Amino acid sequence: MRPLQWISPSLFALTAFSAVPEPGTAQVVQGHEYEVEAVETGSQIYASRCAVCHGSNGDQIAGVDLRHGQVTQAASETKLRQAIRGGNLDAGMPQFNLPPDQLDALVAFIQAGMDVGGTAVGIGSPAQGMTLFEGEAGCTRCHSANGRRAGLAPDLSDIGDRRDAEYLQRTLLDPSGAMLPINRPVTAVTDDGRTIRGRRLNEDTYTVQIVDDEGRLRSLIKADLHEFEVSTESPMPSVEGRLNPRQVADLIAYLLSLQGAR
Amino acid sequence: MKTWARLALSLLALLHVGDLGAQVTFERILDSDAEPENWLTFGGSYTGQRYSLLNGISLDNVEDLELKWIYQNRVAGLWEATPLVVDGIMYLTQRPNDVLALDAATGRVFWNYRHRPSSDTRVCCGSNNRGVAIHGQTLFMGTLDARLIALDATTGKEVWNIDVADARLGYSITMAPLVVKDMVVIGTGGGEYGIRGFIAAYDVDTGEEIWRFKTIPEPGEPGNETWEGDDWIYGGASVWLTGSYDPELNLMYWGIGNPGPDWNPDQRPGDNLYSESVVALDADTGELEWYFQFTPNDGYDYDAVQVPVLVDGEWGGEPRSMMISANRNGYFYVLDRATGEFLLGRPFVKVNWASGLDENGRPVQTPQPPGEPTWPGNQGATNWFPPAFSPRTGLFYVSVWDSYAVIYRREADEYVAGELFTGGRFRTLAPVPDAPGINVGRPGPINNWTDAVGHGVTMAIDPQTGEAAWRFEQFDVTDSGMLTTASDLLFTGGREGYFYALDAATGEELWRANLGGSIVMAPITYAVDGKQYVTVISGNMMATFGLRE
Repeated sequence: MRPLQWISPSLFALTAFSAVPEPGTAQVVQGHEYEVEAVETGSQIYASRCAVCHGSNGDQIAGVDLRHGQVTQAASETKLRQAIRGGNLDAGMPQFNLPPDQLDALVAFIQAGMDVGGTAVGIGSPAQGMTLFEGEAGCTRCHSANGRRAGLAPDLSDIGDRRDAEYLQRTLLDPSGAMLPINRPVTAVTDDGRTIRGRRLNEDTYTVQIVDDEGRLRSLIKADLHEFEVSTESPMPSVEGRLNPRQVADLIAYLLSLQGAR
Repeated sequence: MKTWARLALSLLALLHVGDLGAQVTFERILDSDAEPENWLTFGGSYTGQRYSLLNGISLDNVEDLELKWIYQNRVAGLWEATPLVVDGIMYLTQRPNDVLALDAATGRVFWNYRHRPSSDTRVCCGSNNRGVAIHGQTLFMGTLDARLIALDATTGKEVWNIDVADARLGYSITMAPLVVKDMVVIGTGGGEYGIRGFIAAYDVDTGEEIWRFKTIPEPGEPGNETWEGDDWIYGGASVWLTGSYDPELNLMYWGIGNPGPDWNPDQRPGDNLYSESVVALDADTGELEWYFQFTPNDGYDYDAVQVPVLVDGEWGGEPRSMMISANRNGYFYVLDRATGEFLLGRPFVKVNWASGLDENGRPVQTPQPPGEPTWPGNQGATNWFPPAFSPRTGLFYVSVWDSYAVIYRREADEYVAGELFTGGRFRTLAPVPDAPGINVGRPGPINNWTDAVGHGVTMAIDPQTGEAAWRFEQFDVTDSGMLTTASDLLFTGGREGYFYALDAATGEELWRANLGGSIVMAPITYAVDGKQYVTVISGNMMATFGLRE
């Protein structure tokens, strides 16, 4: 987890999103503390050595998501080091004989969630955040978490494992601006006049897979549709003006605590 | 029986068996049109057209295609190989460096040769191999650890096995070799490791080197002045796709890859010859006859390795020998293949790294300010996937990535032997931060970048104008190669796992099968006992189709 820090009356200023922590600030992940300089150095090594195959988000190899700790043979930091040094030729990964300081930096960057500026977001109380999540903020009207099933919006049971604080803050304040293209709302009208609304889960040339507004998985054949529209407007309202900065920080803390079934 | 008599008889027996085997002479490959039931070389013929004279499967009966057999492998990762078919036997490679011989009618395996690449192997972009070449009774495969291996086509046993280059420095081989005369010719990858690329020809019988063309000239040689200082030593210019060959001109054509470091052209001022060029080499000596550079001082990794497709026809009312290619940099080119003269160049996607080409085909470069997107993106407007050309329709077919851009960041990089040497980073232009970007291959069954980040087009380009005659749109990007036939069919696929037969003249979809895995190779066609088959690889499965009987 990242440290609980409160930075910012300027929390609501979008420009603050790019704020970088003070030099020397550390990120703490699973009991390890990574210096910001190492994380930054690691990001440069990653960009030049790893991104060619793993992609800038670390998720371009099947079954591997470096940002979120899904690494085939590297459940621990030690194994991550072994994987980098030893390679995996069958999968096409070469050996990287990095000098020790570079290896440390690369490991720091990956373990820190590939997030160079990860501490610039206010993170409050998870307990108060949970109260908000289930009450005043109204999140459970659409989102589910920890098995509490709701409607159309993505399940958040492991959102803290998949997203960082900065991303969560951006989504809360500007839902449409942060919505991933795959999650865009779909409206389809069938040839017999029925309207189907839902959230996109997958799409190809001929079909689109959605979860509809009643929570059902549906696969639609585009050729059978009279109308098919994909919107870039998120149905989620912004919390800006509804919650104060401390409440937003509490909500982020709660969302980060949602790590999925382990 | 006396020993000498037994020996003589054994020798006679050996000679006899040899006569029965597949003797693929140079003349047979030259005249591949005379035996369309076979697929004798990577591009189907020396032209690289991937145009088959088989017409049993036609516009009228293509709907009757059905699955005949499947071969599955257990190797993860992209499978980009083109199989060869010789007299009913298919020769196929699979990761990392396996060769298989299969019965082309049933898919059953005769033998499986395995080469385990050395642990020194360094490959930038996956343990790819794109196929074998054949001469006489011998198959040739380049390996990830930069070896060239000759195998007996009947037994699958090694005949010879040589070092082509030092894998510890990042040299690797992923392309199918090209056999010309009594030579097997190959180039090496490694453009992300600061190698110095080359193309080399070896004696098919002994593996002895006959000639070597270095893709970066050294001091004293013409072209070295396009590099400063020692930049040429680590300048890349790899060769990782198979070339083509014109027997009348006795010239080979090879596409050359990116200069190193990839994304920081400031670090290597000059045109950086012969990176991002096509070179025409004398087949007997390897001497350079002419070159044409598509992207001087490239800062975008626009490898110009795409198979040069050789086409004969009229240009401006006069007969011409031409070379055509759709380049990763977004421009479609027509050159005179005897002289290298630039005849035509037109963008086939949105391009903003150049504002156009001058009268000699040299781009007027317009580098984007830091933080601004460049079209096309790093994976290019097209890439390794082999295109096709039909002399009947006069159209060139290619898989294209459309509406795809990346934002580059140049960074100084220091050459360290055997380490990646790429000079910066890039990220895909996406509508929101953190959205997944398109990369080499698809990480799973969900297209989570969607068309908001880029999509695929099967494009038919008229070489006379450089304009699209038709477009067949796909939701995801496509890395599929092309196959076209004398019955005016075009076979291709995409990342979504659909395998298509299109009308080559119009682009109309005639038939498709959902095979479920990405198609990242070019389908082939062949015939056994008079029955035509079409073979495609999708994911970890090779599927062969034929007409319902």
